[in-house]
Amino acid sequence: MAVLEVKNLGISFGGLRAVDDFHLEIEKGQLYGLIGPNGAGKTTIFNMLTGVYKPTDGRILLDGEDITGKTNIEINKAGIARTFQNIRLFSELTVLDNVKAGLHNQKEYIYSTLTGILRLPRYHQAERAMDERALELLKVFGLDEEASYLASNLPYGKQRKLEIARALATNPKLLLLDEPAAGMNPNETQELMDTIRFVRDEFHMTILLIEHDMKLVAGICEKLTVLNFGQVLACGGTSEVLKDPKVITAYLGE
Amino acid sequence: MKKLSKTTKSSLVTYGIVAAAYLFCEVLMRTGHMSSLLKGILVPVCIYAILAVSLNLTVGILGELSLGHAGFMCVGAFASAIFSKCMAEAIPVPLVRFILALLIGVACAGLCGVLIGIPVLRLRGDYLAIVTLAFGEIIKNLINAVYLGLDSNGFHISMKDALSLNMEEDGQIIIKGAQGITGTPSDSNFTIGVILVLLTLVIVIHLVHSRTGRAIMSIRDNRIAAESIGINITKYKMLAFSISASLAGAAGVLYAHNLATLTASSKNFGYNMSIMILVFVVLGGIGSIRGSMIAAVVLTLLPELLRFLNEYRMLIYAVVLIVTMILTWSPGAIELRERYSLAKLFHKKEKEVQ
Amino acid sequence: MSFVSYLLNGISLGSVYAIIALGYTMVYGIAKMLNFAHGDVIMIGSYVVFVAVNRTGLPVPVSILLSAAVCTILGVVIERVAYKPLRHASKLAVLITAIGVSYFLQNVALLIFGADTKAFSSVVSMKPIQLADGQLNISGETIVTVAACIVIMVCLMAFIKYSKAGHAMLAVSEDGGAAQLMGINVNGTIALTFAIGSALAAVAGVLLCSTYPSLTPYTGAMPGIKAFVAAVFGGIGSIPGAFIGGILLGVIEILGKAYISSQLADAIVFSVLIIVLVVKPTGLLGKQIQEKV
Repeated sequence: MAVLEVKNLGISFGGLRAVDDFHLEIEKGQLYGLIGPNGAGKTTIFNMLTGVYKPTDGRILLDGEDITGKTNIEINKAGIARTFQNIRLFSELTVLDNVKAGLHNQKEYIYSTLTGILRLPRYHQAERAMDERALELLKVFGLDEEASYLASNLPYGKQRKLEIARALATNPKLLLLDEPAAGMNPNETQELMDTIRFVRDEFHMTILLIEHDMKLVAGICEKLTVLNFGQVLACGGTSEVLKDPKVITAYLGE
Repeated sequence: MKKLSKTTKSSLVTYGIVAAAYLFCEVLMRTGHMSSLLKGILVPVCIYAILAVSLNLTVGILGELSLGHAGFMCVGAFASAIFSKCMAEAIPVPLVRFILALLIGVACAGLCGVLIGIPVLRLRGDYLAIVTLAFGEIIKNLINAVYLGLDSNGFHISMKDALSLNMEEDGQIIIKGAQGITGTPSDSNFTIGVILVLLTLVIVIHLVHSRTGRAIMSIRDNRIAAESIGINITKYKMLAFSISASLAGAAGVLYAHNLATLTASSKNFGYNMSIMILVFVVLGGIGSIRGSMIAAVVLTLLPELLRFLNEYRMLIYAVVLIVTMILTWSPGAIELRERYSLAKLFHKKEKEVQ
Repeated sequence: MSFVSYLLNGISLGSVYAIIALGYTMVYGIAKMLNFAHGDVIMIGSYVVFVAVNRTGLPVPVSILLSAAVCTILGVVIERVAYKPLRHASKLAVLITAIGVSYFLQNVALLIFGADTKAFSSVVSMKPIQLADGQLNISGETIVTVAACIVIMVCLMAFIKYSKAGHAMLAVSEDGGAAQLMGINVNGTIALTFAIGSALAAVAGVLLCSTYPSLTPYTGAMPGIKAFVAAVFGGIGSIPGAFIGGILLGVIEILGKAYISSQLADAIVFSVLIIVLVVKPTGLLGKQIQEKV
């Protein structure tokens, strides 16, 4: 069964139809790319998938469970985590605390506010367990050395990685990456591709990403959906889709 | 023994400062080296320290501005004073009476925090500031207009005057309109004040370094990202705000039990008081718990010691607010600081958190 | 008849709130900040008129112009010195600075003029109008205040609709970044907004003190905050909203004072704010702002 199934999803802002009749099906463990020219509606789709916007019509199924119209908090709990086009870290928290914040809703680490204030044994036990788990995640991304830095003091590429680590901390079934390579140089992009592949393999993660960098898309995505003016232009295996004349026209013009 | 973590060490230093200051004052008092003027402001110093730490929870940790902290303090003061006055004979032990009064004052202030928080914390921007300011004014207005009496038939309340309470002859007037409450038992003292300061510090510091504190600070740093990892914004904003209001209430309880007469004037519970607390927080460092406590103490003691400055005190406060903000935030000042700061020499160190 | 007379007093006070609220709402719309010091600019403006008329004996129109000029300069200077460096700072920092400026103005006035109440003599020389066989007395101040408010409102709306600077204001309030890219001088537009708002504050101050003739360094603070409530009530950022919100708030305050309790009038006004924010956070005429993700 597909991890994510989206059926004729659509949204209107006032009179503007931003996304119309959008379909998507992602299998477990797939690396899926969502591409399209600027303003095609890619981030809008992410925002609907994560509950930031309520879709006007259509259905979103996560592991068979209908999550359409749920709040972003409920959807995160249901198993979708994301990163943002413009990095959104908790800049005044340490790198470690950023990831620990991501562990907020994991059952094994939950304790009440009062437990925290009174520092009951449960507090110490849960905090220690959280530290271990968070460091483990940071290690995966080579960030464990910088655990005590403020997030805002990390270099750009590492901030991107930290955002992914934080998203993974929420233990999602599906990870959405919004332009992960934006603002990166070719070396950093190459490294990022390795990281994304590693995350998929290591965590058996299903990943949907928006990207403009065609080298990255062609390099790691197994399937693609191309969006143009809020509608699906093409969909299928990466190499076929990228050869599709319709897609080439949409990107390069007539 | 296990090595102490940096945060634990830092909080121990904070508690240590309070304890040392307390011992110092006690020694001065015992040996008769403290002027009566200074003795008189020991409890107020504790009150301001509690207020500053509690406001820092809202401003520094939650990242919202409250201009009604004096209002929450007012609620705590009056709720607890009513209790203590009614129970003056029923509970003869001052400490027991004070602890109960404290719980009542804290609960009432916290409840007001929730009531104000419900409509406002959903909103963004500057609304919380203006609504808390409005709340403070409403409370002050209401208390100045209210008459409350107690006789064998229970409580009587009126918004007109003492006569319209229609009480039996042996009835006792508790709140007398703008004249407020007189004859509250003075159950508080410097030691109790210091204990409350310590309690406030422990609560706030422990809160900040817990799962809840992380959630609150993540909302402050990036609301949208916090939601994306499943943090319930309203719940945690409300929690932080009502805890902050409760602590302000505790300061109010201390205030009410330090003075024989309690009135709600604009001097003690008005907008100016809220601003003064804000000055403590800003000068002590937004988000720095220890800093706001120290700023509160120093800024309360200083004008008393340097009387000649009194005329310019408010003006200096105003300049402190403006200059601190500009120095912290303006691009020019940031550049200057980066160019000439010592931290640049210890580049690696600067990146780490203290 | 007393009801009608209260109503008229309410409209008169409301007109003052409306003029002050304009300053708030324009600055909020364009600089996206709550200029806490706006109310205190009113107070400064009133002191200028007071000194000019009562101490130096300047004619009233000249005094008002002088006051408007002083306030305009003050507004622009405040913006340049205190707010402009913080254009990209957190909202909290800007708000704290604005409070600092407000406090600063109050205390400067306190040092210069002292805390004692100055008796402000009305600048309106118009005779009151008697209606319904003398049962209803409409003071000259009421008429002038309401008329001034309407004239200002119409002029301001025309200015924004038809002038180039007005269009620039609209553009900046819609999207500052985009406006800058289109070649609009954003800093200049913001300064102009402060200038207009502050000049209006001077007018509001004179009208306020003519009706309620006692002047202290704190005279501006409360009306300033209430005018902000009016701006929120009408929908922050909307000029007609400031007008409607101002008038309604003035009427509510005066009627509340007359029929409920004079002590609770302020509490009633502030309760209006809380109710509005619960029921319709965008105010009567405000529009929803969606945050970009």
